[in-house]
Amino acid sequence: MTMISLSGVNKHYDSYHALRNIDLDIEAGEFFSLLGPSGCGKTTLLRTIAGFEDIESGTLKIAGADMAEVPPNRRPTNMVFQSYAIFPHLNVAQNVAFGLRKSDLSKSEQTRVVGEALEMVGLDGFGARAANALSGGQRQRVALARALVLKPKVLLLDEPLSALDKKLREQMQLELRRLQRQVGITFILVTHDQEEALIMSDRIAVMFEGQIAQLADPQTLYRAPASRKVGEFIGTMNVMPVAQNAGNLTIAGLGQVSDPARDTVSHAGIRPETMSILFPGEPDRDRVAAAKIVDRAYYGDMTYYEVGLDGLDNTLTISMKNLMGREILEIGTPVRISWREDALVFFDQ
Amino acid sequence: MADDVSHNSRRGLLLVSPPFLTTLVLLAGPLGAIILFSFWTQDYLTLNTDFTIKNYVEAAQDPIYGLLLGRSLLVAGAVTLLTVITAFPVAYFISFHVKPSRKSLWLFLITIPFWTSYLIRVFLWKVVLGFNGVINSGLIEVGIIDAPITFILYNLNAVIITLAHAFAPFAILPIFVALEKIDRALLEASRDLGETRVATFFRVTLPLAMPGLVAATLIVFIPVIGDYITPRLVGGPGGLMIANMIQTQFLKLNNAPMGAALAVISMVAVTVIATLFVWLNRRFLKVRS
Repeated sequence: MTMISLSGVNKHYDSYHALRNIDLDIEAGEFFSLLGPSGCGKTTLLRTIAGFEDIESGTLKIAGADMAEVPPNRRPTNMVFQSYAIFPHLNVAQNVAFGLRKSDLSKSEQTRVVGEALEMVGLDGFGARAANALSGGQRQRVALARALVLKPKVLLLDEPLSALDKKLREQMQLELRRLQRQVGITFILVTHDQEEALIMSDRIAVMFEGQIAQLADPQTLYRAPASRKVGEFIGTMNVMPVAQNAGNLTIAGLGQVSDPARDTVSHAGIRPETMSILFPGEPDRDRVAAAKIVDRAYYGDMTYYEVGLDGLDNTLTISMKNLMGREILEIGTPVRISWREDALVFFDQ
Repeated sequence: MADDVSHNSRRGLLLVSPPFLTTLVLLAGPLGAIILFSFWTQDYLTLNTDFTIKNYVEAAQDPIYGLLLGRSLLVAGAVTLLTVITAFPVAYFISFHVKPSRKSLWLFLITIPFWTSYLIRVFLWKVVLGFNGVINSGLIEVGIIDAPITFILYNLNAVIITLAHAFAPFAILPIFVALEKIDRALLEASRDLGETRVATFFRVTLPLAMPGLVAATLIVFIPVIGDYITPRLVGGPGGLMIANMIQTQFLKLNNAPMGAALAVISMVAVTVIATLFVWLNRRFLKVRS
């Protein structure tokens, strides 16, 4: 079932075209992410769904109902704000109960559902705590409980993890995912963190300059980016120019491939982990090319090598697991690199 | 180490001493003198320095003093209420509906009345409210009234209107500051959680603006109690306040001890009310900070 349906949605801020003809369907029960760099329109799109921004043209439907004349307080959506927007003059329980004023629940039932919501986000017993006595992670949990207690059809999350430190962020990513499966509500997450989007989402819409550049599940998005821009935005993508050569494609640095020539193709891309460096004594496998270590970055579990190839201006990044007994190669070492044709993606520009 | 401390504390004392001395000479000195005077008596030109509470007994027994103090509190209360209620929409408008780049201009415009002396502004209100004043001639011209209305000058109404106008900026500024501090995401959160604009105002904006409202109330209430220029000029016989009586005791009746006693009494009254408000302020601030 389609929960949210946008068609031909446009929005300007003065002369800036923030949303350009957006067509998008989001399924019920889906964990959907809007991913893009800052200023790409992802937050505007989220605020449009929440009702905080008017759209100039196009239609927005939530659960089949047109939202054009529906103010934010009457939409079946709730939002977790980037700043969490916890009411400073209310305690935790009062914050969570804020939206229940108009519900049919009696006072005692309200207390019960507030308690349940707090338990669900792991803040059992925090009800009487003052809002300003909470840590960042706790504030976020309060914001989540406050939205979920109203049982919305759609939960909107505006960069909810960006203010948390790395450890807490990773923990919350998994927890949000678990929570979404538990309540079964449609979650729409806005984020600029591609890793976060990949970890959490069922589907991701990558946005650039007010347009959706690609809409796909995380694996497709990573393995088969629709454009060079998407490929380079998500993860690391090595990009090499491609020449059309007697009916075949020749990739700078790597050589000719068996793919037939296509006029439109101008670049090829390959992910760092799909290539490998052959250590001394290892036999050749797949396609092999001669290279030289130009730079390296040691990450503990991984080492990222920058290698230079003849006939290629830029360097390629290759990531290698630091397996037991595997040496860390010095800068300047000549090496053989191994790669596979089926790991290549071709781009038009 | 010990030298550092004494050096620092010496420098601290040096920095603090000028304001400390001026406070001592200009505030604590006169205050002590007033309290001392209030326990003395005066018979025409001779000052009797025997300790007595006769002035306080007289202030308690003669109904005129109670009447004037009561009227002062009433006027101050009414002025404060009127000022805060009229100042709030102005502060709200500037904070929520004026473009950020224009806010300082608006605040600047609000201070324009202060470019004229207080005395002149009070006189101008006489021109506005008078028998042949702007309001009366205007209303007669339009045909709403036949004869000039008189309940707007030389009585308490005139005092309240004039003072409310004079103190408006003092109320607007603290309320504006409190409104500016409200995170706008809180208002969106309230809307998102199902509340209308009006309900959001009462459940979020107003409670969060409370510290500003309490500050405005104090800033207006305290000086209005002691005002004697406006009551003298536009108050007429029925519009005089306690400060006018203090002035009269000191300058006309030559009874400085009685004037001092009245000053102490009104100070105590103000202190009690101000303390109550400070306590309220604390209560609201405790939740926020």
